[in-house]
Amino acid sequence: MLPLLVELPPLPTLRDTAFIMPEIILTLFAGAALVLDVALPRSKKHLTAYFSLIGLAFVAIALAQQVAMTASLLPISAFYGMLFIDGLSVVFRFVFIVAAAFSILYSIKYLEFEREQRGEYYALILFSTLGMMFVATSGDLIALFVSFELMSLSVYVLVGYFKRDKRSNEAAMKYFLTGIFSSALMLYGLSLVYGVTGHTNLGLISETIAGYVQGGTAESGDPRLLLMVALVLVAAGLLFKIAAVPFHMWAPDAYEGAPTTVTAFMSVGPKAGAYVLLARMLLFALAPMREMENLPGWAALLAVVAVLTMTVGNLAAVTQDNVKRLLAYSSIAHAGYILLGIVSGTDMGYQGVAFHIMTYTLMNTGVFAIIIALHRQGVIGENLNDLNGLFSRAPSAAVLMLIFILGLAGIPSTAGFVGKFFLFGSLIQSGKPWLTYIAIIAVLNAVVAFYYYARFARAMFLNAPSENIADASPLLLAPSVRITLTLSAIAVLFFGIYPQPLINVADIVAQSITTVYAQSSGIALR
Amino acid sequence: MTFQQLLFIGFAALVLGGGIAVVLLRNPLYGAFALITSFVGLSALYVMMGAQFIGAAQIVVYAGAIMMLFVFVIMLLNVRADEERPPRHRFLVWLAAPLALLLSAGLWLAVAGVQGDRAPSGEAGTVERVGKNLMTRYLLPFELTSVLILLAVVGALHLAKREKE
Amino acid sequence: MPPFEQLLEWSVKIAVGFIILMTMVAYLSLIERRLLAFIQMRYGPNRVGPFGLFQPIADGLKFIFKEDLIPLDADKFLYVMAPALSLVPALMTFTLIPVGGEVTLPLLDRPIALHITSINVGILAVLAMTGMGVHGIVLAGYASNNKYSLLGGLRSSAQLVSYELAMSLSIIGVLIQAGSLDLVTIVERQGGGWGLGWHVFWFQPLGFFVFLVSMIAETNRAPFDLPEAESELVAGFHTEYSSMKFAMFFIAEYANMVTAAAMATTLFLGGWQGPGVTRWPWLGPVYFLLKVAFFLFLYVWLRASSPRLRYDQLMDFGWKFLLPLALVNVVLSATLALWF
Repeated sequence: MLPLLVELPPLPTLRDTAFIMPEIILTLFAGAALVLDVALPRSKKHLTAYFSLIGLAFVAIALAQQVAMTASLLPISAFYGMLFIDGLSVVFRFVFIVAAAFSILYSIKYLEFEREQRGEYYALILFSTLGMMFVATSGDLIALFVSFELMSLSVYVLVGYFKRDKRSNEAAMKYFLTGIFSSALMLYGLSLVYGVTGHTNLGLISETIAGYVQGGTAESGDPRLLLMVALVLVAAGLLFKIAAVPFHMWAPDAYEGAPTTVTAFMSVGPKAGAYVLLARMLLFALAPMREMENLPGWAALLAVVAVLTMTVGNLAAVTQDNVKRLLAYSSIAHAGYILLGIVSGTDMGYQGVAFHIMTYTLMNTGVFAIIIALHRQGVIGENLNDLNGLFSRAPSAAVLMLIFILGLAGIPSTAGFVGKFFLFGSLIQSGKPWLTYIAIIAVLNAVVAFYYYARFARAMFLNAPSENIADASPLLLAPSVRITLTLSAIAVLFFGIYPQPLINVADIVAQSITTVYAQSSGIALR
Repeated sequence: MTFQQLLFIGFAALVLGGGIAVVLLRNPLYGAFALITSFVGLSALYVMMGAQFIGAAQIVVYAGAIMMLFVFVIMLLNVRADEERPPRHRFLVWLAAPLALLLSAGLWLAVAGVQGDRAPSGEAGTVERVGKNLMTRYLLPFELTSVLILLAVVGALHLAKREKE
Repeated sequence: MPPFEQLLEWSVKIAVGFIILMTMVAYLSLIERRLLAFIQMRYGPNRVGPFGLFQPIADGLKFIFKEDLIPLDADKFLYVMAPALSLVPALMTFTLIPVGGEVTLPLLDRPIALHITSINVGILAVLAMTGMGVHGIVLAGYASNNKYSLLGGLRSSAQLVSYELAMSLSIIGVLIQAGSLDLVTIVERQGGGWGLGWHVFWFQPLGFFVFLVSMIAETNRAPFDLPEAESELVAGFHTEYSSMKFAMFFIAEYANMVTAAAMATTLFLGGWQGPGVTRWPWLGPVYFLLKVAFFLFLYVWLRASSPRLRYDQLMDFGWKFLLPLALVNVVLSATLALWF
C-alpha cells in the first residue's frame, strides 16, 4: 500500500539541475547579498539592492530558457516528480520576479530614509521569492510545503523588520503566530492526504482520489469523509495566506504595521504564491473532489468563502481612513474575486485568475510606491488625508496614482476591468444558475468598491492640501522608480484597451490547468 | 492481546496523556515536561512501526534540543503559573469541551470509513533507507530545507541582534 | 529463540551490566581520590579496609543515613523527579555498548553476544539519551529555588547543548568510515591490522581529539566543570540536594564518565578489539576494560593538573574552535572516503 521504494532510483542528474537553474542562481544571489552586506561600508549598503536587482535579471534570463518548454503543453518532470515545469509555473515565476524586483526598487529610498538599509532585507526578499518560485514548480507535497514555508518565513521576518517600531513588532507577532498556526493546520491536512492516498506526488494523489470519489472500493473503504477533513484543513491554511474570510483578521494589522515596502511585497508576491499553491492543490491534487456524490465538494465550499470574502472586504474597506488598512481590505476583496475564477471551473475563469493576478501585481505595487513616496520625517503618510491636494503638489504622481486606483476599481479601459470581466463572466458562462447569482453579488460588490476607491481620487484632486503635510518638497521618487511607475501605468492602460497579448499569456496558464491536469498520469514519476 | 498491542496501548496512553496534560497544566514548566513525555511516547511508537531513525531523531531533536530551549525560555522569563490572570471569555471554556467532543466524533466517523492495509514494512525506517531516499528521491526538498534553515538563522539573528547606536 | 528465553537473556545481561557499572562507579570514586592524592603528594582515603578498599561502601552507607532535605520553597514534584531524570539516561546508554564479541558460557549450548542490544540507530540513540540527561540537571536547578542552583543548571545545560553539537559532528567521521550507526558493527569494522584499524589511527585522529574534548565537557568534568564551580556557585545545580538524591546525581555523573569513556573506546579505539581476541574471545572484555580505564585515568589526571576555564572562554572554545574543527573533520573524512 505505502509506496516504499524497494528499488532506489539513482542520484538526480545534471538534467534535473538544469531545470532549477533560475532557482540556483537566485539562491546564490540571495546568499551573496548577505555576504555583500558585511563587506560594504555603511554608506554603500544600498548597493546590495542593485546587486539583488541584477540577480533577479539573471534569474529572469535563466527562466526565459524554459519558455519554449511550455509550448508543448506537456509538463516536464524532474527530481522524480518533485518538480514539474508547465505553463503555470513559468508564467507565475515571471510574476514573482517582477513583484520582487518592484519591491526592491521601491525600497531603496525608503530604507535609506528609515536608516534600516541592510543586506538582510534584500536577502530575505530574494529568499521569499525563491520559496515562491519553488511553490510554482513543485509537484510534490513535501517540496510544496517546504517551499511554502520558505516563502512565508521570510515575510514574517520582513513584517517585523523595523525593530524599533512597536507597530512593526506587533504586526509581526500577530502575523507569525496566526501564520504558523495555519501552516500547522495545513500540514496536518497534507498528512491526512498522504495517509489516505499513500502518495506525496500530486499526480498520483489525483489519480488515487479519482478512484475514491464514487465512494471508494471494498478494500479501501470510504475515505471521502477523511478526505473532506483533509481538504478543509489544507484549505484553511491556504485561505489564511490569501486572507480570505474567515481567516482574514491578520491582514489589516499586518499590512498596517509592516514597513510599507514590505506591505507592497506581501500583498502581491507571497499572495500570488498562495494562489498558485491553491490552484495546484484544488485544481490538480484534489481536483476530483470538486463535486462529489452525496457530499459537498470544494466548489461549493469555496463559493461560500469567495462571496463572504469579497463582501466583508469591500464593506470593511468603506470605513477605513488609513490607506494601508484600506488597501488590506481591498486586497481581501480581490482575493474573493480571484477565488471566483477557481470556483467557475472554466477556461475563462482560469484565464481571469491569471490575468487578474498579473495586472493586480502592477497596480497594487504602483499604489504602494506612491504611498511610500509620501513618507516623510515625522509624517507617516498613511492616512487618506495625507493624499490631500496631491495633484497640486505633485501632478505626475497624482495622475499615476489615479490610473492605478482606477485599475483596482475595475473601471473599463483599465486592465483591472478586463480581469474582473473574465472572472465574473466565467461564472455566467459556466451555465450553472447558482453561479449566476454569485456573479450578480460580485458585480454589486464591485459597485461598493467604486466608492472607496473614489475617495482616493477626491482626496488627491478635489481636497486642498492639509496643514500637516510638512513641506512642499518633491516626493521621494527616484528617476528609476518614476520610469518604472510610468511604464506600469502605461501597461495598466494598454492592457485595458488591448488585452489580447496578456490574455494569450493567461491562456497558457489556463491550458496547463485544464488540458495538462486532466491527463495527470503523464506527470507522475519520471 | 499480544505483547505488541500491550506496548502500543501503553505508549499511546503516554502520548495522549502527555498531550492532554500540556493543555490542562497551568504551570508552563510542567507543560513543557508533559510535552517531553508525549514526545518520548511518540518516539517509541515510531520505533514500533519500524521507523527507527525517526524515533531516534524525535528524541534527539524534539525531546532533547527543542524542548531544552523551551525550558530555558520558561526558566529565564520565570513564567510562573498564570493563575492571577482571569480568562477573558469564560463561556468559551464551556464551549470548548463540547466542540472538542464533536470534532473527535467527526474525526472518528471519518477514520472509521477507511479500511485497508496500513501496516508499514520493516525496512522503511532504517537509517540506510532514509539516507538513500534523502539523497535521491527527496534530494530537492532536503536541500531546500537547508535554505529554509539558513533563512531562519538570518531572520532570528536580525530580530534578536542588539542595535549598535 | 523463544521469546521467554530472549527476555531472560536480556534480564540477566541488564542485571550483570548494572552491577558491573555500579561497581565501576563506586571504585572510580575511590580511585579518583587516591590518584588525586598521589599526584598531590598526600595519602587520600586509606583507613577503611586494606588500602581504603571499603571506602565506597562506607560512603554509600553514609548517604543512606543522611537526612533527606527538601527545601520549603522548592517545587517538590520536580525536585524529586530531577535526580531520577538525570540518572536513568546515564544508565540506559550502556545497553548499546558492546563490551566483547561472542563468547560461549559453560552449560549453555549457544554463543552469547556481549552486548545487551544492537540497534540500527545505535549512535543516535546514545545521543538521544545524552540529550535527555540534560533535562534532569536543568530541572534540579529550577526546582531547588536557589540562585546558585539555577545558575548552575543554566550553565550546565548551555554547556551540554553547545558541546553536544561538536561531539555529534565529530562522530560523523566515524560513521562515514564505518558505514554504520550500529555500535556493534562499528567495533567489528575496526578489527585486524594490529590496532591500525582503529579509527583513531585510520583517518580519525582529528575526530578523536574533538570527541575527547567535548566528551569531557559533556560530563561536566574539569577543566570544564563550571556548573559546579565551588568558588562561585557553591555546588551548582545540586547545592540543595542531600542524602540519596545527591548520591543519584553523583552516580549519574560517574556513570556518564564511564559511558563516555566506553563510547570513546568503541568509536575510536576499536572497542573490544585487540591481539588474540579471535582466538580467545574472553580477552575482549579485558581489552575493553583496559581501554576504558585509560580514559578514566585521563579524566582524573586532567582534574588534578588543569585549572578551570572561565565561562565565556568555554563557550568561545566550543563554538568557535571545536565546532569548526569538527566540520573540517567531516569534510576531510568524506573526501578520504571517496579515495579509499
